[in-house]
Amino acid sequence: MTTGLVFAMAGAALFALGVAGIVLIGHLLRRILAFNLMGSGACLVLVGLAQRHDVADPVPHAMVLTGIVVAVAATALALALVRKLHALSGQIELPDDADE
Amino acid sequence: MMVVALVVTLALAFVFFLSGAMLELGPAAIDLRVPVSAHLAQSGVSHPVTAVLLNYRGYDTLLEIAVLLLALVAILAVVGEAPAAPSRAAHPVLQTLGRLATPLMVVVAVYLLWAGAFRSGGAFQAGAVLAAAAVLLHLVGLLAGWSTPRLRLRIGLAAGFALFLAVAAALLKQGSLLQYPPDAAGALILLIECGLTVSLALILAGLFLFLAREEGA
Amino acid sequence: MTLAFDLLLALSLLWSGWRTLATPRLDRAIVLFITFGLLMTLAWARLSAPDIGLAEAAIGAGLTGALLLDAYGVLRRPREGP
Repeated sequence: MTTGLVFAMAGAALFALGVAGIVLIGHLLRRILAFNLMGSGACLVLVGLAQRHDVADPVPHAMVLTGIVVAVAATALALALVRKLHALSGQIELPDDADE
Repeated sequence: MMVVALVVTLALAFVFFLSGAMLELGPAAIDLRVPVSAHLAQSGVSHPVTAVLLNYRGYDTLLEIAVLLLALVAILAVVGEAPAAPSRAAHPVLQTLGRLATPLMVVVAVYLLWAGAFRSGGAFQAGAVLAAAAVLLHLVGLLAGWSTPRLRLRIGLAAGFALFLAVAAALLKQGSLLQYPPDAAGALILLIECGLTVSLALILAGLFLFLAREEGA
Repeated sequence: MTLAFDLLLALSLLWSGWRTLATPRLDRAIVLFITFGLLMTLAWARLSAPDIGLAEAAIGAGLTGALLLDAYGVLRRPREGP
């Protein structure tokens, strides 16, 4: 049970927590928080599994660096959309689908 | 409640089986550390992560800066033509703290950019520190929120991507995509990183500042 | 010995992630998310990834936290307009 494996399993748990949060929570701002948890979990899995034999591997580090920066841009765009939705309709949750 | 129980059960089963699979993994079939360190001398930098980011996988970094620019353009489209907000002046102590911290953050950013060639650092960390300095200045009231960008800001936002694209196009004539000639690799990487730092700082600061308007009182 | 520290850090990551999603108050959830970001920085340090740690501290905890708090401040005000 090396350091990499501990964090890889924690990353898997965080990913599952994030997915469950997105599915079950209706409030859009909390969904964005859950999306960020998912992203962090996936990054931990990438680097943790590469580290599982205790030697640092630079290629997943570069991929995760790219991933973190793109995730903040996606979060900012999602927040802009949520703010626009709130300004236009006053709601903070997406409307439930009516049965079609 | 059925949906909640189902989702929780699925999530727990996912974690259980994935952790079990991770514990049974053997050593990796492909070890990329060997070719990375074997060619590190010709890559132009001496830090493996920077070499991977800007040389071996430079194409991914080019696409990344394009995606960031695209996200900023999408945010500008969502926000629209709202007027810029006047900056609220904060407490004088906070303003003094902002004035003291910002030059230090600029120095740290320049150091991180320069040190990326031989230790941890690089364009992304430097751009992030500069963007944090801009957000700090806005929060203490020394920098107003940004409205629709005019020419100078547009040039700054697009400069990193344009520079990277120009270097890639110039190199395309002599071979494959983004294959630096070994004697000029270090200088080219530093040039691209400078453009990336300026652009990234403006884009990341813009993600915050284009949205920071006083809506109402 | 270091394994105990790693287990403790992983458990605190999971705990702060869980509390972020389960807290009824939204501002507390955002502050817990910033705390989660800082704990992730420690995790990157333990995984011998200082580059990612620097980026996570500045971008993940700092910039994302500022964006979320700004959005929370805007969403708290009642909507004006038609």
